[in-house]
This record gives sequence, C-alpha cells and structure tokens, in this order.
Amino acid sequence: MTLGRACVILALAIAPIGAFASIYGARTRRREWVAVGRRSVYALAAVLTVAFIVLESAFLRSDFSFQIVATHSSIATPFFYKAAAMWSSQEGSLLLWMWLLSLWSSLVLFLTRNRLRELAPYATAVLLGFATFFGALVVFLANPFQLLSPAPGDGTGLQPLLRHPSMMIHPPMLYSGYTLFTVPFAFAVAALIARRTDAAWIRATRRFGLAAWCFLGIGILIGARWSWSELGWGGYWAWDPVENAALMPWLAGTAFLHSFMVQEKRGLLKMWNVCLVLGAGILAILGTFLVRSGILQSIHAFGGSTLGVPFLGFIALLVLGSVLLVASRREDLRSPEARSYSPLSRESIFLMNNVLLVGLCFVIFWGTFFPLISEAVTGNKASVGPPWFDRYTVPLAIGLVFLSGLGPLMAWRKTTLAGARRSVQGPGAFAVVVLVALLALGVPAKPGALALFACAAFAIGSVVQELYRGVAVRRATASEVAPVALVSVVRRNRRRYGGYIVHLGIALLFIGVGASAAFQHVRDVRLSPGKTATIGGYAVHYVRATSRVAPEKVTLGAVLDVSKDGRHVTTLRTTRGYYPSPDPTAGPVGQYFDGDSTTEVGLKAGLRRDIWTAVQPDVGAMQKMIDGIDKRFPLAQGDTQRFLLTAVAQRYVAAPPPAVFRLIVSPMVEWIWLGGIVLGLGGLIAIWPPPRAQRSRAPASSWSARLGRELSRA
Amino acid sequence: MQFLLVMLVLCGATALIVSPLYGKRRGLIGDDAEQVALEAARDAKFREIRDAELDFRTGKLSKEDYRALDNSLRSEAIELLRRLDAARGVEVAE
Repeated sequence: MTLGRACVILALAIAPIGAFASIYGARTRRREWVAVGRRSVYALAAVLTVAFIVLESAFLRSDFSFQIVATHSSIATPFFYKAAAMWSSQEGSLLLWMWLLSLWSSLVLFLTRNRLRELAPYATAVLLGFATFFGALVVFLANPFQLLSPAPGDGTGLQPLLRHPSMMIHPPMLYSGYTLFTVPFAFAVAALIARRTDAAWIRATRRFGLAAWCFLGIGILIGARWSWSELGWGGYWAWDPVENAALMPWLAGTAFLHSFMVQEKRGLLKMWNVCLVLGAGILAILGTFLVRSGILQSIHAFGGSTLGVPFLGFIALLVLGSVLLVASRREDLRSPEARSYSPLSRESIFLMNNVLLVGLCFVIFWGTFFPLISEAVTGNKASVGPPWFDRYTVPLAIGLVFLSGLGPLMAWRKTTLAGARRSVQGPGAFAVVVLVALLALGVPAKPGALALFACAAFAIGSVVQELYRGVAVRRATASEVAPVALVSVVRRNRRRYGGYIVHLGIALLFIGVGASAAFQHVRDVRLSPGKTATIGGYAVHYVRATSRVAPEKVTLGAVLDVSKDGRHVTTLRTTRGYYPSPDPTAGPVGQYFDGDSTTEVGLKAGLRRDIWTAVQPDVGAMQKMIDGIDKRFPLAQGDTQRFLLTAVAQRYVAAPPPAVFRLIVSPMVEWIWLGGIVLGLGGLIAIWPPPRAQRSRAPASSWSARLGRELSRA
Repeated sequence: MQFLLVMLVLCGATALIVSPLYGKRRGLIGDDAEQVALEAARDAKFREIRDAELDFRTGKLSKEDYRALDNSLRSEAIELLRRLDAARGVEVAE
C-alpha cells in the first residue's frame, strides 16, 4: 500500500472515531474526550496534508505509475499546469475538498479551543461527519492513488480547456468557499443541539462565513474571467448549472452576513439566520454535487461520474436532519420579546435585502433544476436559458443594487424622516445626474440597463458620501489630514467601512454587467485574408493567417487589425490549438484535428470597452491534404510526424482558406473584474481582526467610567 | 521505505489523538456558555454604541434620538458588564 492511499484510509478511520469521541465528550462533559475529538481534526489535517503532498509531487515528477497522473498530465504539460492538474480530476478535487475542509476545521477548532465548550464538540462532530462522507468517496469510489502497472511512458495530458492560469486558483477558491461554509453550518447545528441559540455561535463563525463568501465570490469571478478570455463562445456568464451552483450559496451567504448583524444587535431573526446558514451549507454541498455528478448538462462536465447516488443520499440526510432539528428547536429560536422594525432603519433594509437575495436564490435554483423537475413531472427534459433567468434576475438585481446604496444611509433602529431625506438627497441627486448625462450622451434608452446604472450611481454616491462624512467626523475630532483620517476611520470601524467598500465593488460590478449585457455588439463573419468586417463602429481587417507546431499541439490562427474612423486601434491575435486524440488510427496528422481543440481569444481590454475575437479555422478545406499525408505516412512518428505537421501548418499560412470569426465589442466588461477586486478588498477589511482589546476585569467605582474605558479599547 | 513512512504517520496520528486520555488535563468541562453569550452580547452592544455615535455624527440620527438611544444602549451595556462580572465570579461593586 502506498503512503498516499494509507493516509486517506487513515483519514477515513480518524473522522468517525473523532466524531464519536466529540459526541461522547459533549454528552458526558469529559474534557479529555472533547480533546480527542478536536485532535482528531488536527490529525485529519496532518494525514491529508501528507496525502496531498504525495499526490502533488507525483504530478510534478510526472510519475505515471499513478493512474490520475497518467490520465490528467503528460511530460509536455508545463510545470505550472502540472501543479494544477490534480484538481482537474474528480479524484484529486475530492481530495482537495477534504483537505481544505480539514484545514479550516482545524483553524476554527484551534481558535475556539478554550471557548464555546458546549458547542465546539458538536460542531467538531458535524465537521468530522462531512470528512467521513468525503473520505468514504475518496477511499471507495474515487481513489486518487490508483496505480498502473506497468506505468505508461507518457500521460494523456491536461484537458486543453483547463490550460489557463485561472485554473490554478479558480477551483481551490471555490472549494475553499464551499468548505468554509461548512463551519457556520456545523456551529449552527451545534447551537441547535445544545439549545444555545444566542449570538455566541455567530460571533465565533462570522469571519468564517465572511471568508467563505469572499473565496466563493472571487472564485466565481475568476471563473467568469476564464470563460471570457479562454472559452471561445464570447461571454463570462451562461447561467450554466455549475456556475449557478456556486452562486446560490454565495447569495445565501450574502443574506446571512447581513441578517447576522440584526441578530447580534437586536436579538431578532434567530430562526431566519439558522435556516440561511443551514441552507448555505447544504447549497455548498449541492454545488460540489453538481460539479462532480454530471447530473445536469454543463460546460464544466469534464468527465462522467458515479458519485450521484451517494451525494444525493448525503444531501437528503442534511436536508432532513436540518428540518427536523430546526422544527424541534423552534421554541428556542423565538426572539425573546416582540420588537418592531422602523421602516426607516438599517435592519428593515437588511430584511428587504434578505428577501430579494433569497428570492434570487430561489429563481436560480428553480431554473437550474428545471430540467430535472420537468422530467419528473412531464417525462420530458426541458431546460430554461439565459432569457428566462434574465427576466427574473434583472429586476431583483436592480433592487439589490439600490438597497446596497440605501442601507448605509440608514441608522440602526430608527432614522427620522428628515435625517433620511438629508442622507438620501446627495446620492439621489448623483443618480439623477448620471441618468440625465447618459441620456444626453445618446445612450440607447434601455430601461433595465438605465435603471441599473442609476441604482449603481446611487450606491456609489452613498458609499462616497459615507466615507466623506466619516472622514469629516474623524478630522473634526483628531485633527488629521484627509488620507490619514480615511485610514483611521476605516481601521476603527472595519466591519462598517469594509462592508461599504464591498457595496462599492458590487455597484462597479453591476455597471459592468449591465453595460456589457445591454450594449454588446456580436457578429459572426467569414473572412479571407485582406477582407474587412465592421462591428460597433470598428473595422476589423483580417491581415494574415498564422500557424505554429509545438510538441503538444498544432496552432492555426489569424492576425487582425482593428481601426476606427481610419485610425489604428489595436492588433488582435487569435488562435485555435489542436491537441492530438489518443486514437492512433486517426493518422499522424489527422489525429491532431480529431482531438480536443481550444481557442485562444484575441482581446483588447479597456475600461471603456473590450474588443474580443475568436477564430474558427476551416480545417475541412485542408482535409484532402491531411488524408493524403496520413495515407502515405500512416506510421510517421517523432521528427517525421513533426515535419508533416509543419508542412500542413505552412500550407495553411501560404494559402489560407476563409476562417470564421466571432467579433464582439462589449462595453465596460473590465468594470466587472475591477468591481471584484474592490469587493475582495472590502471583504478583507471587514474580515481583518481588530486589535486585541485589553479588558479590565476589575470592578470600577463607576460603571459609566468603566464602560467608557472599555468602549475606547474595544 | 513506504511501510516505514506509513507506520510513522499512523503512530504520529494515534499519539496526537489519544494523548489527552492520558494527560493531566482530564475531568469535567466547565460551563462557559453563559459567559460566552454575554461576551458576544457585550461586544455587539459596544459596536451598537459606536455605530449609533457614528450615525449621529454623520447626520443620520437627530440629537434627541441619539441621546435617548445612547442612554438606553449604555444602560444595557452596563447591565451586560454586571452580568458578565457575575458569570466570571468577579466581585461586583455597586
């Protein structure tokens, strides 16, 4: 047995033993058993780290005695992609999931090792329950340490579509998000079991929820960037089931990060928060299930799977367990006293935001699973496309952007009408000015897009106003220059201003989404060298064909000049790479054009607009030549094969057949990525722990004096 | 070599997990639930007081509303500090 295999089997043994020890410790209140449970999580992290290193080193060494390496890497695969190839496989990604789960679980249990003594053991058991499930998958159904004997001399290589720098970090980010969502889930379950539904569990896990939200959000955006710059279809979001699977827990997470504050401050929404956290945790598992099961058609379906049934069983268990637990604890989840909301208060805005977020989540859930629902009801598998999603999600998104501007302007508990008017008039005026300016500049009157821009302008105005006011307050009290005051005020109120900066990022992101969706120009054209097509006011001239032969692929492409009103704007280079199919009967040249192929997009990115193109060379025009060579040299290999491929490539350049180009001019796409960076920065500020306050435990002669002292330190 | 490494990992993990059963810190866990809940409530109350002050200073609350709110929040915070001291077993001064 290899070290890696032994480690995952050991992990599968440790997880249920630790879960049992934790529950036993919680029931008997024995400290040593609780410690056994906690240390089981540390041990799990240690053995899984060893397993991860073993597998990763096998990829980096191109050790093809491991089946997973032979089927997902090759000698020619660049080092950078060898390191990332592990999670392109089902087995490797499940190991990654489990390893990340063990790391985050260890971190939260280490941080709470001397606190939450009633909750932590139950949370440990839940986290180890997740580890047991994934451990069983890795040991029995998706063994990443399967060996081949004899080992092949070379592997089949990494899926060409995944050869993009984003793929190095996109899956770990998503999986970090998914696994981090299990932490609040575990503590929510623990709080319900122990009947401790106060805000303590929220306080302990809020940062983990926020980290999950950040990781998942950034992971989603990196995936969208990959789609835009690597996939040749010309979009960044397709309402694909796997994209939706990541978006749903993120939306639920957004909702509970807001409603947590209402429970912390007012003791309200206990039931709602527990349901949101449990829902986000289950949606995170559902996301993994959708990626790994292949139950729904997806561009992410990189391989078939047999994991559907166990995943469904596990999700059913989570749903049933959560429903029963919440139902049995409904009395504990009631707010201690009836407290009303003022409509003009921040908690009211949060409540509305939660309704919209949950509504959005439901719409996406319905649209994603509609093929299964329709098949179950009618027997026909029908699916819904982007227009269906847009019809429902656009109004909800506009509402959310508006609320992201309104929330910061409202005080907690109650804002007077005069105060609300004072706060709203600046951002409101800014929104109106932006709207009028857009219409005056001749932006087409598309109501959805214009409403989105106005709401985003309102949100930006609101955040800028709040930052300005905060700086003014700081300057008045501490006599600091504006930049120092800005840093001070943000540092002293990280949660508040971190959140505002996230709102700013959301507004920028939605400006990009609205502009690119509403005002994008798309055209598919067939061009020969020397010909020109126009799109969105730009002239795109096909200058010449290109080709390149490398060990792992043959690349055919094109160089295009883009100009506007006679002035050169940019030169775009787009290619299509052809990777050899493993079928040797296809011939030494033909096998390259029968295998996988990927597009390298030609992209000129800018804050005003992106000019995007992807080429589809007409390989069929050369088929006769390819067939002739294959017939004449059926056994060509090595240098001969390369010579023949070069001959075909040179012929393509010398007499290029017309190629099909997709041309896109899309305004403000870069704002989406810019918004993502701002969003991540805001999340980081909000998550950063405040300096540890030294609290006085000595009784004070005056409680007010002590309160003042503790407040200044907090 | 593989076998030795497997045994090393197995022994290390086992020692890490079972050592608390033979350690000195055995016994019953103290109940910190009330203290932890009060600490969470105190921190939330402190944040609320600071938020209210910032809301007032940035013009979202009127002076009257802020005074009333601040007084009420401070009373609640003092009550939480009293209860926290009691939960910690600190002698409470009146």
